[in-house]
Amino acid sequence: MTNEIILSVSKLRKWFPVKSSKVFGEKQYVKAVNDITFDIHKGETLGVVGESGCGKTTLGRTMIRLIEPTSGKIVFEGKDLTAFSEKEMRLARKDLQIMFQDPYGSLNPRMTVGDIITEPYVFQKMYTKKERIEKAVELMKICGLDPVYIRRYPHEFSGGQRQRIGIARALALRPKFLVCDEPVSALDVSIQSQIINLLMDLQQEFGLTYLFISHNLSVVYHMVDRIAVMYLGNLVELADKEDLYQNTAHPYTRALLKSIPSLDFSEEHKLRAALKGDIPSPINPPSGCVFHTRCENCTERCRQEVPPLREIAPRHFTACHLYDGQGKIVDA
Amino acid sequence: MRFFKRKSDVFNSLIEGAEGVTYTSFYHDAFKRLRRDKVAMVCLAVVILIVVAAIFAPLITPYEEDYMDIGNELSGPSAEHWLGTDEFGRDVFTRIIYGSRVSLMVGLVAESIAVAIGLIVGAVAGFYGGKVDAVLSRIIEIFASFPHILFAIVVMFVLGTGIINVFIAVGVVGWTGLARVIRSQIMQLKQKEYVEAARASGGRNMQIIFRHLIPNCLSTIIVVATMNIPSDIMYEASLSFLGLGVQPPQASWGSMISEARKFMRQNPGYSVFPGVALIITVLAFNLLGDALRDALDPRLKNL
Repeated sequence: MTNEIILSVSKLRKWFPVKSSKVFGEKQYVKAVNDITFDIHKGETLGVVGESGCGKTTLGRTMIRLIEPTSGKIVFEGKDLTAFSEKEMRLARKDLQIMFQDPYGSLNPRMTVGDIITEPYVFQKMYTKKERIEKAVELMKICGLDPVYIRRYPHEFSGGQRQRIGIARALALRPKFLVCDEPVSALDVSIQSQIINLLMDLQQEFGLTYLFISHNLSVVYHMVDRIAVMYLGNLVELADKEDLYQNTAHPYTRALLKSIPSLDFSEEHKLRAALKGDIPSPINPPSGCVFHTRCENCTERCRQEVPPLREIAPRHFTACHLYDGQGKIVDA
Repeated sequence: MRFFKRKSDVFNSLIEGAEGVTYTSFYHDAFKRLRRDKVAMVCLAVVILIVVAAIFAPLITPYEEDYMDIGNELSGPSAEHWLGTDEFGRDVFTRIIYGSRVSLMVGLVAESIAVAIGLIVGAVAGFYGGKVDAVLSRIIEIFASFPHILFAIVVMFVLGTGIINVFIAVGVVGWTGLARVIRSQIMQLKQKEYVEAARASGGRNMQIIFRHLIPNCLSTIIVVATMNIPSDIMYEASLSFLGLGVQPPQASWGSMISEARKFMRQNPGYSVFPGVALIITVLAFNLLGDALRDALDPRLKNL
């Protein structure tokens, strides 16, 4: 991991318009990604965690312009992707790839594995037919698949193998940045570690940078360097992995970490405060700090004023009024 | 299997040990399932028989299409004329075989026209959505709201009679059902993650439509087209019955039945046999379509 920034997003926003039954009146939006700003360093793995519906997936897809951002900037290697024309973007996609959660939905059932893996070459008009087959064989070997199965169809593989096919396809164009959208959450626990180890090996070999989206905190802890915590479309905390687990700042992150099931039967652990209530609607998010409806440290200020993301310690960012300038506030 | 022969040579030379590896595509599986269905296989045999008869009509038939056995008009079935003769002494069996050419051509050409229109309209509406979809959907509804046969009659009046115009009339009438089905299926398919993956590696809209969306609609297209062929054949027969379709002396089942009406008392077989041919053909295509739907239905297979 270096300090060189490969990709940075600033004020990235994706609001999905909602069809309202009212003809008149204000247009409503689902604020899936709301003014998010952060950098990713070359060669690192940034984990994105948060509960379902908090905008993790939308963030990952918006970052590589698979979903057009509503506003904000995405700077990749010094160039602003949002300013790219369609043609420029198509070329830039070589460097930005994605792998998906669902090993069944992400592979076209009518195509052979070889066709699936070499399809990116067709789109980018790279190599001859023979070279493409050779490349596919190589990629299958790298991803731990036996190339003799190159003419098989996706339904003839297991979930873990399909996920390897997905990885091979994502690597075909030799990308620099890979969005992993919950790559293991649909797999057996025994297979999960295989895929994670494969991803980590590939990172070493090809110097990849990952954005690792997951809701499984144990997997994230094993895999990533830094963690970004999202809540209701907002980035609430961003810190190095160890720092985040040791010196948890944001009340939401604290609740999230406490929710990890464990075999600790001590009294202290039993007293853990689970988050109360449901996640509010992203169409009409709470005013002020979006977390104030469920926060145990909520004050009047939280209801009115949006907390900005602040660096409360070196490389440790959080968006919470509790850490307003004068150092840490005592744990509640 | 021979079909894949050449392609596999390329792979075998490049990949060590690839020779013995089996692989089954979706269509292999579907055909296997179809083969287990006895009714379907009988229907397939009937369809093939009709197709062969139509292609080799001059070799099979004992007489020329318009040979008149003068003095032997409106005779019943005999060794000389298996299914009897019509009012000009022409052999009914011969004319039924030649009539199958018209029916199958209508099934094939008119349905191709219908599939082409339906597929393009449905795919564009489903893929682009929004205003494009709204406009195209209204057009589909306008076409679908005419009574089919009436619409075909109007088209025939405008274009004039003749077999080419029958193709056009029947094709223009029959595309709306397919367009609707394709539209909804494309709307579903474009949400799939493999479409997103294609976009992520730089696929253009047209590439995505032709590489991912249409191949996944293909089984639907096959089923809908097969199920529509019988109704196309019926439309042609109806138009010819009304005198708007195929013109004499060319034989068509519809026009034969129409002519035979006048001679029901003298030779009932003259109207019955073309009707039976029509029923068998329509039934065979219908049952085959049903069986294809069962074999190809993606819901029965968890893909």
